[in-house]
Amino acid sequence: MNRLALARADDALILGHRLSEWCGHAPALEEDLALANIALDLIGQARSLYTLAGAATGHDEDHLAYLRDERAFTNLLLVERPNGDFAVTITRQFLYSAYIDPYWRSIAATQSPLAPIAAKAAKESAYHLRHAAEWLIRLGDGTAESHRRAQTALTQLWPYTDELFDPITPDDIAVPRETWDTTVNAVLAEATLTRPDPKWQHRGGRLGTHTEHLGHLLAEMQSLHRSNPGATW
Amino acid sequence: MNDLLVRARTAASTVCDPEIPVLTIADLGMLRDVRLSGDTVEVEITPTYSGCPAMNMIALEIETALHQAGIPHARVTTTLTPAWTTDWLTAEGREKLRAYGIAPPPPASTRRALFGETTTICPRCSSPDTEQLAEFGSTSCKSLWRCRACREPFDLFKCH
Ligand SMILES: [Zn+2]
Repeated sequence: MNRLALARADDALILGHRLSEWCGHAPALEEDLALANIALDLIGQARSLYTLAGAATGHDEDHLAYLRDERAFTNLLLVERPNGDFAVTITRQFLYSAYIDPYWRSIAATQSPLAPIAAKAAKESAYHLRHAAEWLIRLGDGTAESHRRAQTALTQLWPYTDELFDPITPDDIAVPRETWDTTVNAVLAEATLTRPDPKWQHRGGRLGTHTEHLGHLLAEMQSLHRSNPGATW
Repeated sequence: MNDLLVRARTAASTVCDPEIPVLTIADLGMLRDVRLSGDTVEVEITPTYSGCPAMNMIALEIETALHQAGIPHARVTTTLTPAWTTDWLTAEGREKLRAYGIAPPPPASTRRALFGETTTICPRCSSPDTEQLAEFGSTSCKSLWRCRACREPFDLFKCH
């Protein structure tokens, strides 16, 4: 099993599923379409990555997405955080995209088996990053209420960001912390938001030790396939 | 190229993108190769977007088109490399898009285009005085725009 592809696939699938939960509930029609489109990109990336991850062991994308238990998922804790309000969803998307966009561009330029998938994903993540950054600026530098919500979201999610920088396998590439800091600090400054400095950082997603939220997500996402094994459209 | 492959390529080239029915997969640059593998014709396509939901339907329509062209053994495969780019849209494809009311994508050769820092021309009145309404439109490949000159809303095929 390609553990690197599997973990990156888990990140994309879980975050994509989270965004799909907004479908029909977003604050505006344009935003409903945007979140659904981003979810579709992420789930598409997950499909390619799962296919790569399971190629050596004969596991297909459906098996890896629908028939593994919580402990077998190695996604970041950040991406399984519940949607919360719109500010939480946007902040989560921004913190993840600010890492994964330079990550895809870097790994696309290597000989990694992930490179072809990364070359496509990098074009998509560039749009995702811009979308989330523009919203975060609008929320932070908007009304007193939107500012308060954006700052609360940032403070809640910040203790899940260190895990972004942990390499998944020895052959994984690492995006320098300064690259992420440059993007994040510039957007936070424009959004008039304060960068949190928590004493504690949560980890464990990469080892399969998840928060209670992932189990609920999987129960919903996997129920159809588990009750109808081998179901196809 | 032998006659079978010419017929196969002609048939595959007629298949349209279900989301933009004026464009064929050849116009889009999605059709990468048509080759013989034993007695089976193998058609290789590349997805436009990772999550493009039309891929399964396109594969099915290629097989149908080949069967109708009298080619019983056909298989569709997908490839990710090299990654598809809107630069592969043919000149004819770009003109078909514009006539259909969708602004063709700007060249993707620079990352600036990805971030929309180029002029978008209204596909109806050709005015450059346009503004983006929403980055994400009705499908992954489009954003929603408005022309300030003729006041018409229109889609832009996003640079990729
Ligand atoms: Zn116009």
